[in-house]
Amino acid sequence: MSVAVERMYLRPLHALHAAALAGTIPLFGGALLADIAYAYTYQVQWTNFASWLNAFGLVYVGLVLVWALVALLRSERDRVRPMMYALVLLALCVAGFFNALVHARDAWGAMPLGLVLSAVCAVLACVATWIGLAGRGELQR
Amino acid sequence: MTRSVRWSVLALSALLVACGSDAPPPQFGADPAIPEPQRRLVPEMNIAKPAPWHELRPTVPQGYTISAIATGLLIPRQTLLLPNGDILVAEGRGGGAPALLPKDVIAGFLISRGSTKVESGNRLTLLRDADGDGVYELNTVFVDGLNAPFGMALIEGSLYVANQDELVRFAYSEGQTRAAGAPESVVKLPSQINHHWTKAMAASLDGRYLYVGIGSNSNITERGMAAEVDRAMVWRIDVASGAYKPYATGLRNPSALAIQPGTGTLWAAVNERDELGPNLTPDYLTSVREGGFYGWPYSYWGQNVDTRVRPQDPEKVASAITPDYALGSHVAPLGLGFSTPAMGAQFADGAFVGQRGSWNREQPVGYNVVFVPFNGGRPAGDPVNFVYGFLGEDGKARGRPVGVTVDPRGALIVADDLANTVWRVTPVR
Repeated sequence: MSVAVERMYLRPLHALHAAALAGTIPLFGGALLADIAYAYTYQVQWTNFASWLNAFGLVYVGLVLVWALVALLRSERDRVRPMMYALVLLALCVAGFFNALVHARDAWGAMPLGLVLSAVCAVLACVATWIGLAGRGELQR
Repeated sequence: MTRSVRWSVLALSALLVACGSDAPPPQFGADPAIPEPQRRLVPEMNIAKPAPWHELRPTVPQGYTISAIATGLLIPRQTLLLPNGDILVAEGRGGGAPALLPKDVIAGFLISRGSTKVESGNRLTLLRDADGDGVYELNTVFVDGLNAPFGMALIEGSLYVANQDELVRFAYSEGQTRAAGAPESVVKLPSQINHHWTKAMAASLDGRYLYVGIGSNSNITERGMAAEVDRAMVWRIDVASGAYKPYATGLRNPSALAIQPGTGTLWAAVNERDELGPNLTPDYLTSVREGGFYGWPYSYWGQNVDTRVRPQDPEKVASAITPDYALGSHVAPLGLGFSTPAMGAQFADGAFVGQRGSWNREQPVGYNVVFVPFNGGRPAGDPVNFVYGFLGEDGKARGRPVGVTVDPRGALIVADDLANTVWRVTPVR
């Protein structure tokens, strides 16, 4: 019997939470791709795309972060994972905010720092999504 | 959690603060200090909030007096003296380029708070002082239905008006108070996007040509080079045929043009690029050489390369002309008029420059009309404050001077596009 008590399920994320979380990958990843395209072509429209993708990525991350903080406060056992999740999201928020300021510079003024920050954000978005979604709904020990 | 939030806020504010003060070093004349560019995370903005003049008046030097000769106008920008002493005032607001980046949405809102809320006049108003007592008792609409008129010039029997999209012509006879009919088109002017929409204008001494200033379509090419075709240059337009050619290029926003009396040389007041720090890039006054290239976008103040522009163009940079006279960074010159001995001995030889004032540095600069003394046809000496006090001690803007015109009988006419007023400064006799 005692074995059964230690077993638990990770509840699936709310559908909206999951959608917003996974959405950060194409948004921040898209910003990175747009920055790479700008670096190769000097076509200034690419850096504009990167700016807007990053801005909407920030909106998504903001929503997910609120969700994550609420989950952290409500968690009783196993606080490590919710804590990691919230920290990575917070790091993504901060990096994305800096990236928004850097991308507000005109033309090549945003580079190369903007590209570096876009890469950091893209990686953090992947990590956050992995922590947030991996193993949900499966039996845990 | 809260600790990490606090630390990131601290780190953020440290980054924002660690950028130094912006006390303006003297940046006037032929050899201004050109500091290293500063790239701050958050560009400085300090938009002076508007306030009414009430009983206050702009300050003028001792021995001069100032009066408002027209109020309640619809965004007066430039004025033109007609041979009989009448004054035409061009009123309007152009542009309206769409927001390109998230920051444009924010910046556009902030900048609009420092400007008048009045609807664009799109008209010329005629002011007349028939009895010469300094009171312009006639204030009447000369023509309306224009499109953000700015530059004006009179060549014999024709009045030319540079709308934001087209150069047009009216027949004019002395004493007229209302345009006889619809304008005739001379030539279309570049107007796509129209980020810098003002079309400054001056007529050559012989009346054959009109020079029109066409500002760039961006701060520093952020709308792409395709948007900069036929921008950031001065056109010379043949009045008879409408044929035009680029007369000088690389002038980011040549927002005031004037012909120097005597020599017939074209001079321009130019608004330079932003976001390189509070002390870059100096706006300037320069004689304009035919075929000359003045740097934008590749370089500033001669051959200082702007690394924000890609691809770069070292050949163009090598050919860039250093302007004649720096007015200071961010002062925003929008008016230029050469003086005359009737303005009084101290201000007889030189040029008046209307400086609308900064919005993107912490300590505001400009918000005044300065006099740049000339000697032997060249600028000589520091600018002298001629009309000031537009920015009050309380940090509020009561007005913003733009177009300046010298009345040969001895008066300076100043258009104020925030107070919607036309001021007249005269020596006390």
